[in-house]
Amino acid sequence: MGRRWTTWTGIGLTALLILFLTLPVLLSIVAGLSVNYARGLSAGLTLTWVVQVWDLYADTILRSLIVAAATLVLTLLIGVPGAYALIRRGGRVARLVEEVVTLPVAIPGLALALGLIITYGGFGTFRQSTLFIAVGHVLFTLPFMLRAVMAVLETIDWRVLDEGAASLGAPAWRRFVDVILPNIREGILAGSLTVVTLSVGEFNLTWMMHTPMTKTLPVGLADAYASMRLEIASAYTLVFLVMIVPPLVGLQMVAGPRRERLGP
Amino acid sequence: MRTRRFDLLLILPLAIFTLAFLLLPLARLGVTAAGGERGAMAFLAILTEPRYRTSLIATLLLALATTAATLAIATVAAQTLANRRFPGRGLLLSLLTFPLAFPGVVVGFLVILLGGRLGLVGSVTKAVAGTNVVFAYSLTGLFLGYLYFSVPRVLLTLLAAAEKLDPALGEAARSLGAGPLAIQRDVVLPALFPALYTGGALCFATAMGAFGTAFTLATNVDVVPMLIYTEFTLATNAAMAAALSIALGVVTWLALMLARLRATGA
Repeated sequence: MGRRWTTWTGIGLTALLILFLTLPVLLSIVAGLSVNYARGLSAGLTLTWVVQVWDLYADTILRSLIVAAATLVLTLLIGVPGAYALIRRGGRVARLVEEVVTLPVAIPGLALALGLIITYGGFGTFRQSTLFIAVGHVLFTLPFMLRAVMAVLETIDWRVLDEGAASLGAPAWRRFVDVILPNIREGILAGSLTVVTLSVGEFNLTWMMHTPMTKTLPVGLADAYASMRLEIASAYTLVFLVMIVPPLVGLQMVAGPRRERLGP
Repeated sequence: MRTRRFDLLLILPLAIFTLAFLLLPLARLGVTAAGGERGAMAFLAILTEPRYRTSLIATLLLALATTAATLAIATVAAQTLANRRFPGRGLLLSLLTFPLAFPGVVVGFLVILLGGRLGLVGSVTKAVAGTNVVFAYSLTGLFLGYLYFSVPRVLLTLLAAAEKLDPALGEAARSLGAGPLAIQRDVVLPALFPALYTGGALCFATAMGAFGTAFTLATNVDVVPMLIYTEFTLATNAAMAAALSIALGVVTWLALMLARLRATGA
């Protein structure tokens, strides 16, 4: 009956893993909503901490939304045409370019941030602006947009679509906007949701790059974890969870089981 | 040719952005690393100076241990979840992959909720045995945090590979008298090997570069990313921080590169 014990061990270990991954999140939600975490749920539930988080950290929450929006716009403007160009040219050179532009996936965020700070530290206004943070986020998320769009471009017959439209006399730009883009919207959507999720949660680059005036939500979280009571830190985490769940659910609906993996 | 001009226009934003915000900063990083008081010897100092060397070895060991444990756990979980249909399976898989979107700081905080001073494990052991077990700020906590963000990263890849496994092969081996461990060794693991290889490399590279979790837990183990941060901000030693960044980047890039070469069979 060797099979039986291996099966049960497998189920047991998997159950433990599921607990390990989900239980702390539940604890955090409970802690953020309970009057006094140390005294347990018997002390009652409250939204006081969430309100306090808004009073203390509203600027970081709003800034994270602004940075995510700016990052999305920039990755769309840079990544979608770029992905199409790489697919159109093909060959060794395109492969090499792809290799270079997707480097930020393989290099730790801290290293990228350090490079950006050393290079642009002297440009005071830019260095201290929210745009500087957004540029860091674009650097880190662009490979995901490129890959998502290129993956879809590889599955459609863009050449036939493009030539068909050309035979009708449409100029190159019109063909790209009116024919190609509608055919790759799924890739663009999947890429966009990935970019927004990653941007809202980005910490490594942002922690190095931020100034007191350009704190994002994860930077505020690090601050709260170090200096605030557990209930406030948890309520703030809850706000973060609420912010990333919609794009994550969207991503699962768009890409289904074949979803693009987040992270490098 | 007109299409050539159009292609150039398409790639222009990407080219400008990459030059200005990736290649130039990386070049400046190299110049800064070699431009310190030690010159290019700064790279050597990573290996010769005990403080840096200890940190590098500790990070490598932590990343390797994380990778080994992650692969072991994910292999078991993937085989358990593969080809097993039950209500809520899709939701469960979503829940298991959600942690991918958590920044390292949040993972650190979740470890504190498990093993911190007000942690779940502590309150349970206090109720049962009378002692509050706190492990969040130790190496154990750090390791659990690394495990937390690593397992979801490889689980889906391994699950996809495990679902392609032909159950008949295992049945055949069993009917020939092979025990469960022999089946794992001779049938399952060879079939999962490509996924284990790429997943392992991804896991190792992520663990080497992880910063937020160590930052939140503030363990006395100085992982290399923490060292880079302290060198740059507290010691204002930009040259050393740059040299460490480059060394770390090369290690993670190599790990991912090797995995890809292996996976494509090139």
